[in-house]
Amino acid sequence: MPLLEVTGLRKSYGEHIAVDDVSFAIGVAETYGLLGPNGAGKTTSISMIVGILDRDAGEVVIAGQPHDVTSVKTKELIGYVPQEIALYRDLSARENLRFFARLYGLGGRALKTRIEEILEVVGLSDRADERVEGFSGGMARRLNIGVGLMNRPKLLVLDEPTAGVDPQSRNAILESVERLADEGVAVLYTTHYMEEAERLCDRVGIIDQGRLRVEGTRRELVGLVGETDRVTLQADGDLARAVRDLAELSQLKQVSSGEGQIEVLVSDARALLPLILETVAGSGVQVRTVQVHEPDLESVFLHLTGKALRD
Amino acid sequence: MRQSLIILAKDLRQRTRDSTLLVFGVVLPLGLAFLFNLMLGGGERRLEARYAVADLDRGTVAQEFVTQVLEPLRAAGDVTIRPVAGAEEGRRLVGDKAVDAVFVIPAGFSAAMQQGRPTALEIVGGADSAVAVQVAREIAQGYANERRMVQLAVTVAGGQATDRELIERAAAAPRPLELAEDSATQRRQLDSTTYYSAGMAMFFLFFVTMMSVTSIFDERREGTLARLLVAPITRRAILLGKSLGGVLVGVLSMVILITVSTLALGADWGNPLGVAALAVAAVLAATGVTAAVATFARTTEQASNRLSVIAMVLGLFGGALFPIAQLEALSFVSVLTPHHWFLQGLGDLAGGSLAVVVVPVLMLLGFAVTGGALALHRLGRMLHW
Repeated sequence: MPLLEVTGLRKSYGEHIAVDDVSFAIGVAETYGLLGPNGAGKTTSISMIVGILDRDAGEVVIAGQPHDVTSVKTKELIGYVPQEIALYRDLSARENLRFFARLYGLGGRALKTRIEEILEVVGLSDRADERVEGFSGGMARRLNIGVGLMNRPKLLVLDEPTAGVDPQSRNAILESVERLADEGVAVLYTTHYMEEAERLCDRVGIIDQGRLRVEGTRRELVGLVGETDRVTLQADGDLARAVRDLAELSQLKQVSSGEGQIEVLVSDARALLPLILETVAGSGVQVRTVQVHEPDLESVFLHLTGKALRD
Repeated sequence: MRQSLIILAKDLRQRTRDSTLLVFGVVLPLGLAFLFNLMLGGGERRLEARYAVADLDRGTVAQEFVTQVLEPLRAAGDVTIRPVAGAEEGRRLVGDKAVDAVFVIPAGFSAAMQQGRPTALEIVGGADSAVAVQVAREIAQGYANERRMVQLAVTVAGGQATDRELIERAAAAPRPLELAEDSATQRRQLDSTTYYSAGMAMFFLFFVTMMSVTSIFDERREGTLARLLVAPITRRAILLGKSLGGVLVGVLSMVILITVSTLALGADWGNPLGVAALAVAAVLAATGVTAAVATFARTTEQASNRLSVIAMVLGLFGGALFPIAQLEALSFVSVLTPHHWFLQGLGDLAGGSLAVVVVPVLMLLGFAVTGGALALHRLGRMLHW
């Protein structure tokens, strides 16, 4: 039995449909990634799943029990790490942990022990009694995750936990998530970083414009784009014109541009690279670097949506 | 309930680290009560006039004026009387502001009075002591009127102005009319110090409870509301925890204000049990009203702005800033405010038994229940995400 089952989730704000018919399931000890660009509907989906936000339609079942904003029992199973740092800045790290832990019914010696464990995990034992307002961004981000772990959740929901984090803290966070998954926690992880999804997730759902476009293991998803290579050109000049010129080449599967780069999906990058470079040069664009990637989740996203993840 | 208390404890811990509450809960109400009392409470302050008497006559009537008219005022503690050798010394003291006015009794005053000849009692007053000088004039005029009545009585009786026995008999005749005070009115009024202390306490109570209730919006802004909503607690428990914070901080603020205003300003709040019942009911009413108003807002700023306006309007029409009940046209609006019932309850308590607070307390609880019910009804909107 899956620990989390989401069926037909839907949420709209007026005419705008934020989440449309999203369904997926996560098993015990499984890490599931919701991969999509900013504004794709990841946070709205998660908010409905954890019980912050009312849904227009659909069903959420946690450990076999229906779950919504009014549920209390099922919320005991959830650990939630919001995208923004959600801490009381005028309280110390220890006071923050104690407050949230007590809401989950922890008390006495068990509470003290758990607080020390979490402080150790997030590396803040020596700063435990300092107010959060004096913490660096990375420290606050680690504590933000620590709060979500206080109740020993069966389902840990992390909403872009590495957004705005330095590489060292990011690696520590990813290692923590891997460790939790090894301990049997089901993890729902949203990100727009393809590398994180590839590293952490057993299965990935690709979400765009509120719809879950496809889900599966990395191998299954990459298989969707076949033997397709992704060529990334860092370039200066009229990229839109270069994209138009490239799109006229029938040998290319997909062309897109954004943030000073052009991305091209091709079946054989090695053979077609000269033609690509010649076409781009003919468009008056100066190429600074060229990268050829084996098929990955970025390729899948580009293949499915026609745009890059970071667009 | 347990989770509400946990939220309450956390909020209180945060409040102790924020001086805003101390300012709105204690410093401002006490400071403004003191200032309002100074500026507007003059009608009830005791006159503290300093007079000098230059008795250039030293006759019997002059001494009678000093011993029978001025001395009783001095004995009552209303004025100080300072004998001076002459008019010049009196004028100098007035000029130095050492006294407010000087009574100058001219030489020959007693003889003139006894013989029915015109004479004058001079008042030299300081320019900055208008009230004390006016009082001095009234004292002198009152004495002159009384002497005139005696003179008339003697004349009508066919005697001479110098007829000692007739003068004494006329002076000893009982007064046909005495001014009686309305004891019922006295009983239902607070002295100005207590009135403004209570008014300011009630006025700022809304701001104090507002800080607790609107902290829900702070939680949303800081992102912590999301964590509260994901925690295994009901949304009602969150509102209850926030409201309890308002109640507790409000009661604490009231206790401090009542104690300090009593000890430092000399306020007389009345029977402690009655005051406690009124104070708790007032805190509940303020919490209920602020919670209800807050549910119509979406942000801390919006809630604070709306609640500030509501607090100002209720305070104004409720008589917290000045006794609006004296304005007949607005007195009926006043009963629609918690402030009115709190102040009326204290006023009734000042001269009545404990039972007089029942109606004001019930009215205040009515505000609390109505506001609380509306807040609960609109809770979903307030805690939406």
